[in-house]
Amino acid sequence: MRKILAMAVGLAAGLAFAGPGLPEAQAAEKLKAAWVYVGPVGDFGWSYQHDQGRKAVEKEFGDRVETTFVENVAEGPDAERVIEQLARAGNKLIFTTSFGFMEPTLKVAKRHPDVFFEHATGFKRAKNVSTYAAKFYEGRYVIGQIAARMSKTGTIGYIASFPIPEVVSGINAMMLGAQSVNPDMKIKIVWVNSWFDPAKEADAAKALIDQGADVIAQHTDSPAAMQAAEGRDVFAFGQASDMIKFGPDSQLTAIVDDWAPYYIERTKAVLDGTWTSTDTWGGMKDGEVVMAPYTNMPDEVKKMAEETQAAITSGALHPFKGPIYKQDGTLAVKEGEVLPDKAILSMNWYVKGIDDEVPGR
Amino acid sequence: MLDAAIIGAVLASVVAAATTLLLASLGELVAERAGTLNLGVEGMMIVGAAVGYVTAYGSGSLLLGTLAAMLAGVTLSLVFAGLAIGLATNQVASGLATTILGLGLAGLIGSGFVGTQLEAAPVLHIPGLTELPIVGRALFGQDAFVYASIFLLVAVAYVLARTRIGLVLRAVGENHAAAHALGHPVRRIRTLAVMFGGACAGLAGAHLSLAYTPFWASDMTAGRGWIALALVVFSAWRPLWLLAGAYLFGAVSILQLHVQGFGLGIPSQLLSALPYLATIIALVVISALKHGQGAPASLGVPFVPDR
Repeated sequence: MRKILAMAVGLAAGLAFAGPGLPEAQAAEKLKAAWVYVGPVGDFGWSYQHDQGRKAVEKEFGDRVETTFVENVAEGPDAERVIEQLARAGNKLIFTTSFGFMEPTLKVAKRHPDVFFEHATGFKRAKNVSTYAAKFYEGRYVIGQIAARMSKTGTIGYIASFPIPEVVSGINAMMLGAQSVNPDMKIKIVWVNSWFDPAKEADAAKALIDQGADVIAQHTDSPAAMQAAEGRDVFAFGQASDMIKFGPDSQLTAIVDDWAPYYIERTKAVLDGTWTSTDTWGGMKDGEVVMAPYTNMPDEVKKMAEETQAAITSGALHPFKGPIYKQDGTLAVKEGEVLPDKAILSMNWYVKGIDDEVPGR
Repeated sequence: MLDAAIIGAVLASVVAAATTLLLASLGELVAERAGTLNLGVEGMMIVGAAVGYVTAYGSGSLLLGTLAAMLAGVTLSLVFAGLAIGLATNQVASGLATTILGLGLAGLIGSGFVGTQLEAAPVLHIPGLTELPIVGRALFGQDAFVYASIFLLVAVAYVLARTRIGLVLRAVGENHAAAHALGHPVRRIRTLAVMFGGACAGLAGAHLSLAYTPFWASDMTAGRGWIALALVVFSAWRPLWLLAGAYLFGAVSILQLHVQGFGLGIPSQLLSALPYLATIIALVVISALKHGQGAPASLGVPFVPDR
């Protein structure tokens, strides 16, 4: 009896999976696209912004696309199961939006050569796997300059998630920006080893403030740190989303991720049949890295920030332009040269002036 | 680098961090002492956080929000009790289902409130006392949740150890057949204990969404319900050790952030694991020294009368 039941369930499941895939001719009209998020769409940060991008795709293409998403997917083996299911369910375009989804995405992509995959912030590609990321370090250079102008204690507090190149390069960019204004700026870094844990992010912010930091920057996903900064009357920078509501008197600006232009472009490519495996790294120039309004600062600081932003957008200024020295004093980038993208994407060292060590180094 | 102001701030943060865990684990301790293992703590907590936030946001009353959070925790605990006690289903499976249900429900309840925030629950201020160096803010500058958690702890410890109700509750947890034979309503007592656990978990959730980080975000409990469950086991089901465990965990998790801020070069991955390590080691040592009282003998065993 149990066996028969199991078979029946299996059969039903099989039919359910086969269902959407059968009428290929009809399906060709409507593109099924799926997004995989590492956090909840309600994080008001990283995953929230990706979901805004998904909604923009729906709005842009209307009936021609059908989108789904899976939130709270743990990085690692569980992700492979989720991505596999999405591929089997007939999705032809799948965005996996966290660094830790890299290997699972590649594995599933190998088994589904007819599905297009897009992996955010990774560096491994395949024939049907593209990678994309945004040059958030451009925004971090700007906030570094602002921090140096606004801080009274000369100390930045930085809440970091995981010691991966994207986060390390963000810390360096902020510090280089700060040093361009005040060579003696200090930075205190706290790793919470999580992308999303509001209470811990708030604890980290409070710890940094207690230790004398009066400008808080974060590379985690919730507005908890902004809220903590507001409660303690220090300045802070929003992350991923404009968090001004959480820090009306604290937020100086926020580095906002706008994935909509990229998602629309890639969805269009699949619809037009022009999709190829690419590596896209958009920045301020491409509208992917957007600065929230500059608030709570004097006009002269605002002017400086706007000028820097314009210079980065036009290409006149590159945050990782030499000379740049590593912590131990060795020259990392020569005068007049710019650190190549590849080196930024694999960065695992701090610049001179950061009085700490990259964890696990 | 260490002055009185920093030590005072650290102590105040430690108390706040420990309170969420203490509230949630205290309720679970009572449920388990009565013989029911409810793995739904995380689910009841997050539903409490969501309902508490939504109610407080809508009504403008933190007290109303807190009560609603407790009620939500109780409601979800009744779902669990209906399955695990009423229908005598497997408690582990029912508890896990409760957590999964709670996480989903909470996301749904709070979905319209993402990106909003509340004024944090007010903190006590007693002129003179709150300004005391080092311990002032930790002892006399906290929100109502902190004082409630201490009051509840004392009450639970007293009731369990010194009153007839506590004796009956423990008897049900140790040997439900004997308690039943003596005429005690085993299932009713267990249900009440589970409901108390639900109320405490809801209160813990409200502490997060109304006082600690007063906004709503899905999954904002971030696994604290599971830590609360573990604390109950490592405390060997004793309220005072539970207090020690929760405060130790809170202390190490705050201190490691400060150690990082000082830039001592200790790998942050190790520091992040430290609260778990320290709490496990400390509580294992305590229970080994006391050559332990084990788990309640009927813990996790479904009770079906007349069998």
